[in-house]
Amino acid sequence: MGERLTREDAAYVARLARIQLSEEELDRYAEQLADVLEHAAAVAALDTEGVRPTSHPLPLRNVMRRDEVWPCLDRDVVLAEAPAAEDGRFRVPRILGEPL
Amino acid sequence: MTPGPASLLAAQVRAGERSAQEVVQRHLDALARIDPELHAFVTVLEDQALAAAAAVDTVVAAGRDPGPLAGVPVAVKDNMCTRGVRTTCSSRILEHWHPPYDATVVERLAAAGAVVIGKTNLDEFAMGSSTENSAFGPTRNPHDPSRVPGGSSGGSAAAVAAGLAPLGLGSDTGGSIRQPAALCGVVGMKPTYGTVSRYGLVAFASSLDQIGPFARTVSDAALLFDVIGGHDPMDSTSLDRPPPRTASVTGDGVDGCRVGVVRELYEDAEPAVRAAVSAAAESLARVGAVIEECSIPEVRHALPAYYLLAPAEASSNLARYDGVRYGLRVDAPDVESMNAATRAAGFGAEVKRRVMLGTYALSAGYYDAYYGQAQKVRTLIIDAFKRAYEQVDALLGATTPTTAFAIGDRVQDPWAMYLSDVFSVPSNLSGDPAVSVPFGSDDAGLPIGVQVLAPALGEPMVVRVGAVLEAAAPTLGQPRLADRALLAGSWEPS
Repeated sequence: MGERLTREDAAYVARLARIQLSEEELDRYAEQLADVLEHAAAVAALDTEGVRPTSHPLPLRNVMRRDEVWPCLDRDVVLAEAPAAEDGRFRVPRILGEPL
Repeated sequence: MTPGPASLLAAQVRAGERSAQEVVQRHLDALARIDPELHAFVTVLEDQALAAAAAVDTVVAAGRDPGPLAGVPVAVKDNMCTRGVRTTCSSRILEHWHPPYDATVVERLAAAGAVVIGKTNLDEFAMGSSTENSAFGPTRNPHDPSRVPGGSSGGSAAAVAAGLAPLGLGSDTGGSIRQPAALCGVVGMKPTYGTVSRYGLVAFASSLDQIGPFARTVSDAALLFDVIGGHDPMDSTSLDRPPPRTASVTGDGVDGCRVGVVRELYEDAEPAVRAAVSAAAESLARVGAVIEECSIPEVRHALPAYYLLAPAEASSNLARYDGVRYGLRVDAPDVESMNAATRAAGFGAEVKRRVMLGTYALSAGYYDAYYGQAQKVRTLIIDAFKRAYEQVDALLGATTPTTAFAIGDRVQDPWAMYLSDVFSVPSNLSGDPAVSVPFGSDDAGLPIGVQVLAPALGEPMVVRVGAVLEAAAPTLGQPRLADRALLAGSWEPS
């Protein structure tokens, strides 16, 4: 399957996946991922012309229910597990990139 | 057929011959003595378990029905939510997380009178085949503490094998119930996808994940399956019809059943494992099953397809661990670096590898070649199984290519570790049920598991074949790390 996964590819997917990696980790994971992909390439080479993909073992349909009000989890109970909360909301650091 | 230890204990508690509190206390005592070396448990629920047992005893004393699993201790894999009790997935990122609700299976256990005595160790987020990927250290194999118990549900398998609980719950995404069951010498069943609610099971790969039972006998596993199965409106993938009952048919035998021995499910196994599969097939033939050799070549593509599909789904499911709503947060000046620092500190190496692999398989330019192609291969495997089941009622193979390997042996080579799952992943891709049953041991005395597969909702068939194999299986040696009296089912009141 094409060319072997490079260190740059590994750095790119780590960034997409929001995982900070050290230089040493990047070296190691790039090698390991490339090895696994070489094994996985066995499926890439198969002839699947005209075969439909399966996303799920069951024939899934949307599940409908009555629009009834149920008790749900209490907000304070949920927020109690948050790393930071304020005024009934999750508190996070700055989201936008521009300077404050 | 002889009742299993869970069934016997429940009968004694229901009849008032033993109290649930005595049963639970005796198991907690064994756990306190053996688990420091075994390390099957992440969290022990001493107070909650004794309180639940007392409640069962009150129901018995009042003459009401305490349920089919009255007073039976259960070891629950720590990726199933328990309200107010930490549920870690053996990950640093959830080390201190206390779910605000119970998984449906945990509610069903309680409703049946069963008592959760603890949460068991696993490979982090159920990703692994040895329980070495736990952030809290590996679980040991009760038959040889220098070896792995298998994984990812290694804690539940080891707990049941060591006698610390007669029943356990695991989850099986690519073999995570059956593989540790085989390596620890217990029974493990992956039910049909959709028969057991996944509400409250921390998601790994949603189109593959399935909760199922561990037990020391096939009949006990069937009993537990009957308790936990059934439609749940809280799980949109839950089947909307009742699953087949299994406990009542376990002893029905296999006279006239057609069983295919699948070449691709044993021929690459080590010699002792291959010999066990042959002996298992012969034992079925002796009691009237019609044995056919068969070949399903598409099964060979299952492992590579699985190791694209499961990581792809995992990379999406694990996006939720972002340091915002629950779990670990590592502070940083902006949200994106907070996410990345949190996930770097909270995830172990295997989880990082799988998330990266899945992200890659789903990324622009590679989606069709990897993920899309693996989904088509999944169809080929499903169709191949369907063709096989036009000829036979059940399929037989090995559960794993080898017996338990040494701790540390495969941690540096991910693909070598992944090969442990080569015989188990096909059933996850197809969604069909399969059970692993102990069938003798290798020269070192390590347990061997054989696997019975059937088409969707064929749980009655897998337990029938499984029970016949169990009855014919060579005796397995006692585990070195175990409570012998509890394994024998005979102990005096404390």
